[in-house]
Amino acid sequence: MSTATESNYKFLKDLLKEAGEIVQRYPEGRQKSALLPILHLVQAREGWLSAEAMDEVAQFLNLQSIEVYEVASFYTMFHLKPVGKYVLEFCRTGPCCLVGAESLLQYVQDKLNIGIGETTSDGLFTIKTVECLASCGTGPVLQIGPEYKYYENLNKEKLDQIIESLRSKS
Amino acid sequence: MSKKLLLEHVDKEGIQYIDTYIKFGGYASVTKALKSLSPDQVVEEVKTSGLRGRGGAGFPTGMKWSFLDKKSDKPKYLVCNADESEPGTFKDRYLMEKIPHLLIEGMIVSSFALNANTSYIYVRGEMMYVIKILERAIAEAYSKGYLGKNIMGSGYDLNLYVQPGGGAYICGEETALLESLEGKRGNPRNKPPFPAVWGLYGCPTVVNNVETIAAVPWIVNQGGAAYAAIGVGKSTGTKLISACGNINNPGVYEIELGLPVEEFIYSDNYCGGITNSRELKAVVPGGSSVPILPKDLILKTAAGDSRLMSYESLAEGGFVSGSMLGSGGFIVFDDQACIVRNLWNFTRFYHHESCGQCSPCREGTGWMEKVLHRIEYGHGKMTDIDLLVDVAKNIEGKTICPLGDAAAWPVASAIRHFRSEFEDHVRNPDSCLAKHLHGDFALAH
Repeated sequence: MSTATESNYKFLKDLLKEAGEIVQRYPEGRQKSALLPILHLVQAREGWLSAEAMDEVAQFLNLQSIEVYEVASFYTMFHLKPVGKYVLEFCRTGPCCLVGAESLLQYVQDKLNIGIGETTSDGLFTIKTVECLASCGTGPVLQIGPEYKYYENLNKEKLDQIIESLRSKS
Repeated sequence: MSKKLLLEHVDKEGIQYIDTYIKFGGYASVTKALKSLSPDQVVEEVKTSGLRGRGGAGFPTGMKWSFLDKKSDKPKYLVCNADESEPGTFKDRYLMEKIPHLLIEGMIVSSFALNANTSYIYVRGEMMYVIKILERAIAEAYSKGYLGKNIMGSGYDLNLYVQPGGGAYICGEETALLESLEGKRGNPRNKPPFPAVWGLYGCPTVVNNVETIAAVPWIVNQGGAAYAAIGVGKSTGTKLISACGNINNPGVYEIELGLPVEEFIYSDNYCGGITNSRELKAVVPGGSSVPILPKDLILKTAAGDSRLMSYESLAEGGFVSGSMLGSGGFIVFDDQACIVRNLWNFTRFYHHESCGQCSPCREGTGWMEKVLHRIEYGHGKMTDIDLLVDVAKNIEGKTICPLGDAAAWPVASAIRHFRSEFEDHVRNPDSCLAKHLHGDFALAH
């Protein structure tokens, strides 16, 4: 395990206990298995994964930084640049499109005046597309991070309500 | 109505919690297996049941278990594949959300059968709320003594953990899943060696789908022969079908294998017919990776027999006139659905999700996506259609894992059965049934 002291950590500092418990799920010497769960932990707190945060995770797990970068860049759930407070991830795959996802995605871009991958100027919303959320029977579906909550059977009215609700909370 | 083996109690209030689950007979198979059966006897019951893997490939589960290298002195692992991300498939998410203890019970009995003392449920990361449900349920199982050391006084120990994925479809492929579980990119491994010999951390490992493992408690409780008596031929037992698209009642249905496809589509007990009283055009019966079948061939085989919801009947005719049961992701298209646009959408998915290890898949999926895009958006040439067929042929069977096949089969089948629709797009782009989604495309010539 890492030889670094708690004071060395900026991003993992409050997560050391939880991260340490995660490492215990795997056999001795297989702490690399904890990488995805710990990256999720860090992103949940920081909103995204900076190079500095990933370096800390590497140090904690006794890995080379490149081992963390190559994993973080492979999986689509990890944000490698800052995102809005709420990440609106629209399923754009076949079954959702059969029931109207494409027009809904255009609608939200027009409504928020941003394109896919962009963040509103107030920093509240980022629009992303995501491949099949396994909600094909209740599409169109939208997942909103950082909580990864599903919103199903969407239409324009429901989408308006969701966005207004998130705005009013902020 | 069909027998319910997995979903019998799914609507009982509080079934997500262990006390209610036990009240309805939950965890009886753990008691039975650990107190009165040997691991080999559990394997034999599963073999007798004829249970086939419910993730898509349909390989016999008992046989897969018997391949595990028992002579190895390394630890044995059971890994549950809950990385459900095949477009059209949402039955595992439903099962884990509604009745999580069924999966946990199945994991315990299956781990016992395989002599595994540590097991993992690899859940796709997008389903964070499902991960929380499972973690809570696992904590309940520990508190009741169904997990941990000396379970039910049997001397058997098992630790069970949930592993979140990071959003990569390829991790549904069993060796890519193991790579991911080891903290690496989800790149599939060359096989052989198969996971039964060289799996997680180089140890003997079985990877089974959620629905497969959830079927094990019933088999242990009632016996493999009772399970084998349900269904038709080598398609034994029940199957969860997730139905979606242009149907009145989308949802997850547990059917007895052998149900006529026509009944599944039109009966009010299942899909309830086509939305807005429109005509059925086509169906993808087993998730987006399997061949699409037009109305005539999904309802009847080429020989004129009723097509049944079973591994054999759906595959009858091979890929010329048949398809696959696959994962049971049943996507229905009405007569207004544009085949070209939907195929482009599926192909975009496979291009996006290709891990990039094999050139045919990495390059070919992108090539097919580009060609389909230009056909859909009014720039296609007639030669593009045969070009698509050619590219698909050069992907199929030429990659480490089946993602290449998954990308190629929909293309080949869509052109085989709906070639005239592709030709119409080339001759007259305004004929596109989805033009309301991109009305200005004709101007882009």
